Amino acid sequence: MSEFKVIEIKKNILEDNDREAECLRGELKENRTFLLNLMSSPGAGKTTTLVRTIEALKDRLRIGVMEADIDSDVDADTIAKTGVRAVQIHTRGMCHLDADMTRQGLESLGTEDLDLAVLENVGNLVCPAEFDTGAVKNVMILSVPEGDDKPLKYPLMFSICDVLLINKIDVLSYFDFDIDSCVARVRRLNPDIQIIPVSSRTGEGLDAWYDWLYEQVQQWNR
Amino acid sequence: MHELGIIIHVAKSLDAVAKENHLTRIGSVTLEIGEVSGIVPEYLTDCWSYYRKKNPLTTEAELRIETLPATTYCEACKKTYPTVAHGKQCPHCGSFGTYLLAGNECNIKEIEAC
Repeated sequence: MSEFKVIEIKKNILEDNDREAECLRGELKENRTFLLNLMSSPGAGKTTTLVRTIEALKDRLRIGVMEADIDSDVDADTIAKTGVRAVQIHTRGMCHLDADMTRQGLESLGTEDLDLAVLENVGNLVCPAEFDTGAVKNVMILSVPEGDDKPLKYPLMFSICDVLLINKIDVLSYFDFDIDSCVARVRRLNPDIQIIPVSSRTGEGLDAWYDWLYEQVQQWNR
Repeated sequence: MHELGIIIHVAKSLDAVAKENHLTRIGSVTLEIGEVSGIVPEYLTDCWSYYRKKNPLTTEAELRIETLPATTYCEACKKTYPTVAHGKQCPHCGSFGTYLLAGNECNIKEIEAC
């Protein structure tokens, strides 16, 4: 080891990713494409919510979807049935997308003619929160069966999101899920977050979500 | 496995540093990881053992991890406290108006190289 010399680096590991994400946002702004990063744990209803959202907005917005998974194409197939363009991104073992992988996904999707690009991130409440993807807004879904204590367990995810959809409220009566205490826990972490209780199965509450998203896309692409 | 993502970012950074400083071999890499960064040091080491072999520059590089303690600041009473023991709520005055001062780090501190 004697020939080795010590070199001080003192560099934040995610600094490059943050810079790359900022750069990607700039390009999206120029191209007038809104990128939404949708996150949740597995099974919370990302794909179902997305299908409903596409059906509601596809006449008013040109939409494309990137489905990120460790493997398989099932989600991209589901999305493609709605008639919008969808690509599957395989993360090859990684639990999240970073800005560089998002850029590659956007390139294969093609964004020139899109008003709204949606990134359905890998189902996971931990890792995707750490990496800025370059998205304009971050949205997460927490579903009733997961429990109202999740904000206590995964604080970072709740801290970085602009909107929380509390999904599966049609089955609230079967679970000990206290919406009020869940909302209080989330607000303690993130006073500015918008919280919208919905059921992606029945459609209850989703209008408020469509309105929010449509308005955000309009503002960004103005 | 977001540890793998972090290791890939570390490898990319090291590659850039090596090019800048005309380095060909790295003997060790020291990371500073905050106590509440959510990063598991053991996984990081495992991912490094796998990923370092992908580049001759890092094949023999040993990974060293230094843990940095987490401290939270209370805006209400202006005191600090250890985050891991008390979480979001200030143990001095009970306020939730607190924020993390340190403990979320994820830095490359230094390397040994030639």
